[in-house]
Amino acid sequence: MTATVVTVTSGKGGVGKTTVTANLGAALAMLGKQVVTIDADIGLRNLDMVLGLENRIVYDLVDVVEGRCRLRQALIRDKRLPDLHLLPAAQTRDKSAVTPAQMIEICDQLRPTADFVLVDSPAGIEQGFRNAVAPADQVLIVTTPEVSAVRDADRIVGLIEAEDKGSPLLIINRLNPQMVRRGQMLSMQDVLEILAIDLLGIIPEDKQVTVSTNQGAPVVLDGKHPAGQALRNIAGRLMGQEIPLMRLEPDGLFGRLARALGR
Amino acid sequence: MSVLNRIFGERQPSSRQVAKERLQLVLVHDRIKIAPGALDRLKDELITVISRYVEIDAGSVEVTFTQSKRQSRLVADIPLIGPARRAGGTHASPAGVEGDR
Repeated sequence: MTATVVTVTSGKGGVGKTTVTANLGAALAMLGKQVVTIDADIGLRNLDMVLGLENRIVYDLVDVVEGRCRLRQALIRDKRLPDLHLLPAAQTRDKSAVTPAQMIEICDQLRPTADFVLVDSPAGIEQGFRNAVAPADQVLIVTTPEVSAVRDADRIVGLIEAEDKGSPLLIINRLNPQMVRRGQMLSMQDVLEILAIDLLGIIPEDKQVTVSTNQGAPVVLDGKHPAGQALRNIAGRLMGQEIPLMRLEPDGLFGRLARALGR
Repeated sequence: MSVLNRIFGERQPSSRQVAKERLQLVLVHDRIKIAPGALDRLKDELITVISRYVEIDAGSVEVTFTQSKRQSRLVADIPLIGPARRAGGTHASPAGVEGDR
């Protein structure tokens, strides 16, 4: 095995990087892949909570880097999905506790035994971002259909292209099809036209994501929610499967009528 | 849809359209990283240089940035003052000076 290192980043905070990382990790593990998720947000760790693993942390990323434990000892295995692992961030240190070279070293150690290493980047374009992007084979940029998130995503696209990391792929999170239809929200096409990079997937706005995060159980674990379906599709595409974009709502008057009656 | 919009007096552009246009404008400048006054100086110098060779309508010169995909382009629209114009023609022949960033 030689793992693909995928870094999830965004520029702006609060657009769903951690939720996307946690769910892609879970979805890939459900599809039988060996997955290690790494929380690169040192000082503001959260991937552990979103995955529901916060009570099982013994060692963290900085402990590994500073030699207080071996990498294997710091990895937490998810009991629901034995193929899913977490390397948590340190909570009491800051971004300067790790260097880009050390992140590359850690990912290289994981490559032989994993299929995917998913790195959850902190917001911003400073050292934490540099650390997260350094080991990446593929960068995923998460944005929401809002001006501030799209503007920041554009900055990140420029930085990734300058770093020779290949073309980043875009994930549009929290799209609300009704608002788009009413002219109250940027559409998928609007965002793609502005950013001019390839799309990996769209995740519809879904209240269940909040509920799942409350419970520390990734939304992909539960079969029926639209956001979970969208994230499973994205995981499949990361594995190289051809999966068409999810229909966010039926087209035309009859479709809308059917939807209105169905509610 | 547009008929309905007209009937109900919805003449303003949607906030979606406003968002898109604002983003497109701000990103042109974000991507180029040019200081606000620099574009005006560039335009003035361009006029000075080109005027050495041909007679131009300096007041109508437009220097703008455009985007296609992630490629930024500096476009200068420089109307020449030529015989057609003097003879009362409707269009000055524009000399487009384009340069990739």
